[in-house]
Order: sequence, then structure tokens, then C-alpha cells
Amino acid sequence: MPKHSRRLLRGTVLICALALGATACGGSDDGGSSGKAVSEADVQAALKKGGTITVWAWEPTLKQVAADFEKEYPGVEVDLVNAGTNEKQYTALQNAISAKKGVPDVAQVEYYAMGQFALTEQLTDLKGFGAEKLSAQYSPGPWNGVKAGGDGVYGLPMDSGPMALFYNKKVFDKYKIEVPTTWDEYVDAARALHKADPKAYITNDTGDAGFTTSMLWQAGSRPYKVDGTKVSIDFSDQGAKTYTDTWQKLLDEKLLAPVTSWSDEWYKGLGDGSIATLATGAWMPANLASGVKEAAGDWRVAPLPQWTAGGKAGAENGGSALTLPELGGNKELAYAFVEYANAGKGVQTRVEGGAFPATTAQLTSQEFQDTKFPYFGGQQANKIFAESAANVADDWSYLPYQVYANSIFNDTVGKAYVSGTGLADGLKAWQDASVTYGSEQGFTVEK
Amino acid sequence: MTTLQPPAAAEPRPAPPPARRDRRSWTGWGFLGPFVAVFALVFLAPIAYSLYLSLFRDQLIGGTTFVGFDNYQQAFQDDRFWAALGRVSLFLLVQVPVMLGIALLVALALDSGRLYGRDFFRISVFLPYAVPAVVATLMWGFMYGTRFGLVGDINDALGISLPAPLSPGLMLASLGNIVTWEFVGYNMLIFYSALRVIPHSLYEAAEIDGAGQIRVITAIKLPAIRGALVIATIFSVIGSFQLFNEPSILRPLAPNAITTDYTPNLYTYSLSFNGQQHNYSATVAIVMGLITMVIAYVVQLRGMRKGV
Repeated sequence: MPKHSRRLLRGTVLICALALGATACGGSDDGGSSGKAVSEADVQAALKKGGTITVWAWEPTLKQVAADFEKEYPGVEVDLVNAGTNEKQYTALQNAISAKKGVPDVAQVEYYAMGQFALTEQLTDLKGFGAEKLSAQYSPGPWNGVKAGGDGVYGLPMDSGPMALFYNKKVFDKYKIEVPTTWDEYVDAARALHKADPKAYITNDTGDAGFTTSMLWQAGSRPYKVDGTKVSIDFSDQGAKTYTDTWQKLLDEKLLAPVTSWSDEWYKGLGDGSIATLATGAWMPANLASGVKEAAGDWRVAPLPQWTAGGKAGAENGGSALTLPELGGNKELAYAFVEYANAGKGVQTRVEGGAFPATTAQLTSQEFQDTKFPYFGGQQANKIFAESAANVADDWSYLPYQVYANSIFNDTVGKAYVSGTGLADGLKAWQDASVTYGSEQGFTVEK
Repeated sequence: MTTLQPPAAAEPRPAPPPARRDRRSWTGWGFLGPFVAVFALVFLAPIAYSLYLSLFRDQLIGGTTFVGFDNYQQAFQDDRFWAALGRVSLFLLVQVPVMLGIALLVALALDSGRLYGRDFFRISVFLPYAVPAVVATLMWGFMYGTRFGLVGDINDALGISLPAPLSPGLMLASLGNIVTWEFVGYNMLIFYSALRVIPHSLYEAAEIDGAGQIRVITAIKLPAIRGALVIATIFSVIGSFQLFNEPSILRPLAPNAITTDYTPNLYTYSLSFNGQQHNYSATVAIVMGLITMVIAYVVQLRGMRKGV
């Protein structure tokens, strides 16, 4: 192999990453007023005065919202930047904050990543803007998300992902399998399906941190407890046991397709019926409609299976908020935009663009609930999603360093998917690795 | 004031010796300067900066503190780092001899002059090196798939079940296969060009002495290309320790088989980009760099000593 001294590269990468983060978005560093209370009048004055705000977000429906906002307030210019999706954007944001340069005025942050930024006071607490008054507008899961396990309000919820069971009705009809309402029935359905067609699986799973934590959330497990810088991690509660016992059966009997989500093979499997269900967030329909066109009409939506018959427990999977980084500038204007996009007129615009809202007004509106999905054979799927959103327990919290924890999920829990390691042991290993990292980062961690 | 300067400038003329000495040293710097500047900027500065970074620790709680050599101490006790190093060492011990062996065999075959279509053979062995590593790895990744790839198709067609190349047990071998495929041609070319410069008179002399082909290879060809062998070995050692592209590209296909600390480079990458542990990442990179240097140096020493 040639030696183009990659060691050297490694060194420069660090600098480059910093430099990139710093230059990716110049300007708009006018310090900002970090005075605690900002009145409605201040915000209005800022809107009248005008100016430019930089928004880092990858949510596609924001484009229209930004255009509408500029039209409504002619002096304001919104510079919408896609600084990467998920972790990529967080890395860029973290670098910009470290460099204290080029920090955006508004940044999209997913609920699971809020803690990392909120705890270190890198996000503005919007209570100063009176944001806590808006709490009644949102469904419990997303609102819990922006509180990030603390007392502050670190953003306004943009979208949400109450979970539901998407299933391929054609496959279920073909093999005369009942749509499961509990996870035990789900296991039975998995067995029946795989027996009837050895190439078909109830679902795919190769180890996905987001999915696993959502399942634990629904099962009543609360592995993460966060109190400021005190953190405890425990995957041995009853809820976690409920989940691992059931899911271990699917693993042991090889009833899960070893296909990674979002791969080409995954889309193929969703299209040809070899992956028969997906338990995931309500943002899925748009992805199915665009990525799995050939199965249009085959799929339906059902409430998420329950851990106890007749139960009504929900969980969130995904979803994000718009936040104001502490080092960003022009906070009044930035807040005005966030409020417009996530609590004001922008919400309806985004719903029309295909986003799944976090606001109860939209979730409960007749028009929203009556929407027929041609992809689901005309089913009014939003009814199921809205009910699911209302059933989400709001006492879940993620780790203040969930982004890192999720990145090592496959190193630890992943073993359960490819070897004889049990799922519970995998979770234990994940717990240990997360505890180690937390201690290294200065948290007081209890196991 | 400036008008006074011309006469002043004219004055030093009677004293040439010191002026010439001055001019000579500056001329040298003029030639050296661009190199030194670039070298300092792109080579020394990053290393110095990494060393500087490695003496600090940046925590989510508590911010940045000077910790001296704590990071180094942590690296020496870090199981994940040593496991990664062990993995690439195993890779090195198996893959490098196989790759260099094949390359040498091909080079000797080409050089023997008995091969029909030599030029075509040479270019086709070399061709994989011209394929970017990303493309090569993706291509092999698709072939390795047991459900949708070549392996899957063979299984379906013959009704058998081949072992899955992307499973944790076979992953290292599968990576070795990709790397071998990529770099046999490159090493072959090094060996082949070294073989071409051996004077033909030696072969003729050997023939007169009644030496067979095997004897010619062991007594003339191999000793003559020892330098090339050592160089290729050093390159391969360094390449193995820096294994990154192939596992990082295959990771999405086999997230449970390739961990975030699969190779030392992958580990530093994830420390830095997932864990925000830039300081510790710099430390691991420096330690790994030192280990690589030491081993490469040992290989060079051993190689050269045999040569004497």
C-alpha cells in the first residue's frame, strides 16, 4: 500500500474540521443580547427593524416557511443553510461553538441530541421569551423533548414521530395472519409468516439505537435519569426486561431480516413483501411513498402493538426542534422565526409539505385527521398517528450525550444480532460503555 | 530622505567579502524557503498541534483543562485501542505476506519472458490499483452480500450456503481480500521494475555456469531486488496500520461486524467525530504514529542487515 502519510492527514483533519466549521457560515456574529427576559414588544421591534438570521436545518419543508416569513416581514432575510444531516450537523455546530465563530442563529436539533447542547448551556433557554406559555400547544412527547431532562425550554418542537405499526396488508392477507395488537401476537405473527414463506420476515433489525430506545420507552423502561450533571444508566428495570425477553425470541428464532434500514436492500424488501412490518415514527409515510412506489396500496397503518393486551402506551421515534444557540446573534429575530415556523403560520405550511406536526391544534384538526393517504389505499392514517401522539408517556429522558452513546450501540448491543450474546447482555455492555464515557466527560454517573 | 540612499548604496562596493557571504546564505534560503515553509505548514505544524492537543482534556462538564500526560496514560491502558492494534497486527501478519508473495510471483512470471501476452497481463494485474479504494470496496461489498450479492446468487443457484463474508468471524479475511486485490498490482510493478534493471550479463553468466531458472531466481533475482522488497514491505506495514477506508466503507453494510474501534484509525476517527474527544483522539493518533514508525524502522533495519 502506498504511504501518503495518513498520519499527517489525521492531524490536519482536526484543524480542517475546525476551520470548516468556522467558515461554513460567516457573519451574523453580532453578539446577541443574553438578557433574560425578552418581551413580545422587543420581538416585534426586531421584526420591524429587520436584519439577517442564519438557520441551520435539513428539514425540507422549512424552505417554504423561510420564504413566507421573508414575504411577511420584508426587512428580514433568512439564510437557510443545510450544514449536514443529524450527527454531521451536530459536529459542525459543536465545532462552531468551540471556535466561537460562525455559530448559526437558529439550529435544528433532534430531541435525542438536545441534552448534549442544553446541558452545556450552548442553547438559549427560551423561557426568557415566554416560550413555556406555548407548552399547551404541543403534544407531550415533543414538549418533553425540548425540556431535555431539565427545567428550561431549549427549543420549540418542529416535528414529532409518534410510533405506529406500518404493515404490508397484502402479505398479511395472503397468509391469513391477523394484524398483531400486542408484541406477543407480533412474535406469533413473525413465526407464522416466516414458516409460510422462509424468505419473508416480520421486520428488519440489525441493531438501531433509536428504535431500541423507543421500544424501551414504550415498554415503560426509563434507563436514563438525568439531573443536571448527575446521570444514571440502568438497563435492568422491568420495562427493559419486558422488551429484551420478547425481542430475544425474534433474534433466537432468526425471525428478523438481517437488513439495515435505509439500504437499497431494505427498500427492495419493503416493496416485495419480504419485510412485512415496520414499527416506526409517523414521519414514515412520505418515505414509503417516495422510496417504495411499487408497493403503493399494499401498506396500511395500525396502532403500535402493546406490551399488555388492551394497553395504550406510545413512544416517540425521531423528531426535532429549532433551537437558538447561545452564541448566535440577533436572538429576538431568531425567536420570531422559530415561533413563526413551529407555533405560528409556518406549522400549517409544513404540514401541507408533508411534515408530521408536533402541535395539538394540527394533530386534532378535522382536516388533518380526515386526510386520506392514497399510498395506504385511502386510509385515514393520521387518526392513528394522532392517537399515538396523545399516548406518549412524557417522562422519558435521553442522555446528555446520547449522540455518542448511539454511535457505539452497534459495538455493544450489535453483538446480540450477530453472535450468541444475549440482548440483555448487549444492553449491559452498552450501559457500561456509556457510563465510562460519562465519567470521562465529567458527569457524576451512577449505574 | 530617500534621495540620500543611492550614494550610500554605492559605498559598500569596496568591501565585497562580507557581502558575498551574506548573499550566498540568502540564496540558499531562497531555494530552501518555499520547501521549508510548505513543510512546516503542512507537516510540522499539524504534528505540533496534535502534540499540543494531546496534553489537554476537553470535557462536556468542566471544559478544557491541562492534563499533562494523562491522555497517554489512558491510551496505554485503553483496551479498545490495543484490541484495534491487535486486529491490524493480525491483518499485517497474514495479509502482507500473501499480497507480497502473489506480487512477487507475478513479477517473476512477467520477467521470465515466457509469458504469452505479457503486456496485457501486466496491465490487467495493475488495473485494480487504478480503481479508487472507495469504488473497489463498494464493489466487493456488493459481491460479499449473502442476500443480494454474488455470494447470495451463488447460494441460490447451487442451493448451498457459503459462509457469510460480512459476518464478524470472516470480516478481517474479507477486508484482507479487498486490500490484496487492490495492491497486488502496485507491488508487482515495484518488483517488476526492480527486476528489469538487473544486467542481462548476469543471466548469461549463470547460464554458462549451468544454473536453472530456480537457481537464477534465488541467487540473482531475489538478492538484486531486496531493496524493492524492503520498501514494499514497509509501505505495506504502514498501510496495514493505517487501515481505514475499507472498513469504514463496509461499515454501513455490516455495522455489527465492524465496530467503531475496529482499526486504530477508525477509532481515532470515531473518538473525534462521534465522541468530541479531540484531545484523546490526537493522543491515540500520536501513539499509533510512533508505533508505526518504530515497526517500519525495525523492518528497514532487518531488511538492510540481511542485505549486507
